[in-house]
Amino acid sequence: MNQNKASKLLPLVFVGLFFALDIGFDSAFNPYIQTLVIYSCVNIILSVSLNLVNGFTGQFSIGHAGFMAAGAYMSAFLTMQFPGWMGDGFQGFQLLLHTIAGGCAAALAGYAVGLPSLRLKGDYLAIVTLGFGEIIRVLLLNIDAVGGARGMYGITKQTTFFSAITWAYFTILLVSRLVKSTHGRAFLSVREDEIAAEAMGIDTTKYKVKAFVISSFLAGVAGSLFAHYLSYLNPSTFGFMKSIDVVVMVVLGGMGSISGSVVAAILLTLLPEFLRGLQQYTQIDFRMVIYSLVLIVLMLTRPQGIFGSKEFSDIYRELKKKYAKRTA
Amino acid sequence: MPNVLLDAKKVTIRFGGLVAVSDFNLQLKSNEIVGLIGPNGAGKTTVFNLLTAVYQPSEGEIYFLGQPTVGLKPFELSMRGVSRTFQNIRLFKELTVLDNIRVASHQHTHYSIVDSFFLTKKMAEEEKEIKEKAFELLKIFKLENRAYELAGSLPYGQQRRLEILRALATCPKVVMLDEPAAGMNHSETHDLMETIHSIRDRFKVTVLLIEHDMKLVMGICERILVLDHGVTISEGEPDKVKNDKKVIEAYLGTSLTEDTAEGGV
Repeated sequence: MNQNKASKLLPLVFVGLFFALDIGFDSAFNPYIQTLVIYSCVNIILSVSLNLVNGFTGQFSIGHAGFMAAGAYMSAFLTMQFPGWMGDGFQGFQLLLHTIAGGCAAALAGYAVGLPSLRLKGDYLAIVTLGFGEIIRVLLLNIDAVGGARGMYGITKQTTFFSAITWAYFTILLVSRLVKSTHGRAFLSVREDEIAAEAMGIDTTKYKVKAFVISSFLAGVAGSLFAHYLSYLNPSTFGFMKSIDVVVMVVLGGMGSISGSVVAAILLTLLPEFLRGLQQYTQIDFRMVIYSLVLIVLMLTRPQGIFGSKEFSDIYRELKKKYAKRTA
Repeated sequence: MPNVLLDAKKVTIRFGGLVAVSDFNLQLKSNEIVGLIGPNGAGKTTVFNLLTAVYQPSEGEIYFLGQPTVGLKPFELSMRGVSRTFQNIRLFKELTVLDNIRVASHQHTHYSIVDSFFLTKKMAEEEKEIKEKAFELLKIFKLENRAYELAGSLPYGQQRRLEILRALATCPKVVMLDEPAAGMNHSETHDLMETIHSIRDRFKVTVLLIEHDMKLVMGICERILVLDHGVTISEGEPDKVKNDKKVIEAYLGTSLTEDTAEGGV
């Protein structure tokens, strides 16, 4: 009972902690580090949410950038149309509402895409999601109200350390609690064996669509945070490569491991930046070569991903057990 | 007709030009054990797939508890009380034994995704209930010390048992077992016979089973249907079926004396 209470209150403590950190964040870190932290958070949201579909529900989607774009454009559009409609003191709250609106737009897109395409499996589904991701991008390219190919300028910079890290935390909390519930077991059963899941009374189509919609919502949130940090949007940002980046994070971290997605998202956000220093010595941009080599080596040595399907908590428990045995 | 649970009337299914099952009739009454036998390729598993709505019949009607089931999806049938196992074990291999059973209990849970995020009391209570029920079942099948192992890591016999157990966890009225004794040795088969008997009495379910092990079929079934090439060639009590000429012909071919045939069947 006590433990349950603790796990209910802990998130509040965390959010409070983020808020406290946020006050000092701007002055303590230079803009470059701030950018890295916020992009890490955006990538964490993207990879953890995609893991819900690819890792836990076993449906291979490679159109995540499309949903990110839907959320980014929706929220940025609202901010451009109604700048500061809540007054100066409520910028954070406004961002929250616009981000949720962006998430909902992405979720709607996810529902529209998921319902017809989730009947397909494996490679076929991957191609369909890829296609839909591109459709969203091309649509945005042709809507003049959001700038078309010129992109969208001058979105108020509202994403703070607090909003980014709180949404990332929310995503992790939501997905990890979800997969431990009966709904999460339904997702997993779809991954393991659809026919058996169906025979056990699980509406597999409904659960696939559910996973897809939740995942799209979160991708939209990530898009909104991204848009309100960069303050410029262009459809080409959300191309095929962006989707692949997220898939790489999920696979590298381990399909079905939230900890893995988080670690891989941070690693792959920071790695190119660390390698930037290298360029000064070599005079040539080896950055992407080394980045790719790291991916190849990691996949060769750990094909199941950094974490496999385990979480931090599992590893902690195993280590504890091992240590207890050794001392006993 | 009192307490008829499942009623299949003149069910026929064609795959292209092939008539896999034709004019199949079956009435399952509550609390009985019925066997479905026949040579390889006779259409037994197809009958299972028809009864659990994996396939839709080309002709004929199927009623469960008086309601037509044609057009329903498999999960809807499962929620109404028809559960099954598979010929090639289909466990959720990467999930624990406990989770395999809890998936089957999913249809009896009511809490929402929002409840799972806020860890509400409703969720905690339902989860506790599911877990207790799962362990109760595990104890009956003597698998409780395996609860936290991955289902795929269990030995074959235990996987078979777990699959039956998982089918029962949906709280069915009819359980269909597709070759439950396949790959089991003599003593395991014997245990299985007792298990099937005990689950019938304990859970008050009707059991329909496909099996090639004649000792098992003859030993526990109260009624047997024999299929050959999609046609029901014999039906009745074990002793009647055992001595039916058509059955002997289907299994062993013609021009055999009854003596040798009996040993074979």
